[in-house]
Amino acid sequence: MVIAAVEMAEEIILLDFWPSMFGMKVRIALTEKGLKYERREENLLNKSPLLLEMNPIHKKVPVLIHNGKPICESQIIVQYIDEVWKDKSPLLPSDPYERAKARFWADYIDKKVWERLHLLGGKLWRTKGEEQEAGKKEYIEYLKLLEEELGDKPYFGGENFGFVDLTLMPYFSWLHVFEIATKFSIEVECPKLITWSKRCMERESVSTSLPDHQKLYGFFLQLKKWHGIE
Amino acid sequence: MAEEEVKLFGTWASPVSRRIEVALKLKGVQYEYIEEDLTNKSPALLNYNPVNKQIPVLVHNGKPVAESLVIIEYIDETWKHNPILPADPYERAMARFWAKYIDEKFWPAAMKIVVAKGEEQKGEIDEIQQQMKNLEGELKEKKFFGGESLGFLDIAANIIIWLVVAQEALGMDQILNEEKLPVLYGWLQRLLDDAVIKECVPPKDRHLDLCKVKFGSSIASK
Repeated sequence: MVIAAVEMAEEIILLDFWPSMFGMKVRIALTEKGLKYERREENLLNKSPLLLEMNPIHKKVPVLIHNGKPICESQIIVQYIDEVWKDKSPLLPSDPYERAKARFWADYIDKKVWERLHLLGGKLWRTKGEEQEAGKKEYIEYLKLLEEELGDKPYFGGENFGFVDLTLMPYFSWLHVFEIATKFSIEVECPKLITWSKRCMERESVSTSLPDHQKLYGFFLQLKKWHGIE
Repeated sequence: MAEEEVKLFGTWASPVSRRIEVALKLKGVQYEYIEEDLTNKSPALLNYNPVNKQIPVLVHNGKPVAESLVIIEYIDETWKHNPILPADPYERAMARFWAKYIDEKFWPAAMKIVVAKGEEQKGEIDEIQQQMKNLEGELKEKKFFGGESLGFLDIAANIIIWLVVAQEALGMDQILNEEKLPVLYGWLQRLLDDAVIKECVPPKDRHLDLCKVKFGSSIASK
């Protein structure tokens, strides 16, 4: 008689902040793997003792707490999830070269695209006219590079949704906010990315992990108010 | 075994370039090294890394890999003996976390120290000391971050050697000293004594001269 090993109840807690692009990534990854987890909303102006204990170095979200042990930094969390729950829905390809490419692009997105989006956000608040136009142009350049990388593939990783896709999708929810705010659309410039984003949104993991556009736009308006900008 | 062609595009004084040499040597991989002149980048480099146009770039059988930590993971996954990253996913996450910390927090702070003056410099020194204390927390009683032998984080932390040399070049008191940071200091001595690391640091005199030229103007404030 074979007795199956007793499965230790997995305890997965995600310390999160609903508009956070980095939090969204982790939500998508957990859902892709079909994992049950408890999401705890953090108030970033009044961080919980648990957050400060679990991420004393950066004091930031997201933090994944797996059976009491914290993992920080969204890209690292997603790789951890992929390695622990490796039997289902792999997020990274198995070939080392393809993995290196995925890591490179995810890193690029987190650094360059995030930087640009941040700057763009700032420019949208504080500038108008020519300066704002210049901000948009720069941003489009970065997106075009990503579009080139995507090519005609359904997803960045090829046939399957994966690491790079879940890294970029959260930025698209914020991009949508900026499109409304500045009446600029990337549809003309980056049609393939638009098609790709719609394809990703059809996945339950993505649609349930990204916030409602209206809610996010409302948050953006609130942020503007806090910064004293009309 | 298939013919392996491994090329590394790097520069002699770059810590991120030297990291790749450490990883390749730990794995015993034969490679061709190409020294790049960053003021006049080769067509090959621009072809292999059109996105960032930076070194290091590893080219394995014609296929390029860029970004030093991505390259090290690629090396570890391709040549599986003498593992660089730990096997346990949680330990791997910790190694990646601290390597990222070094690149994104430590290195920018270290760059600031060598150009800052007066109060600003003092602030940066305090910041780095705190960062080093944090790293000590990760090292604990181990010989290296990787345990008995060099691991991912030891390789990433090679940048600390560069800060030490820069401080020496500028006649600054060493931030990483035995009194204030005994645990990390001990680790550094073991690192500098390691046979592979010794082959992968810039020649000391040349490195000191380079630092004096690059950061020399801040000597005036001493």
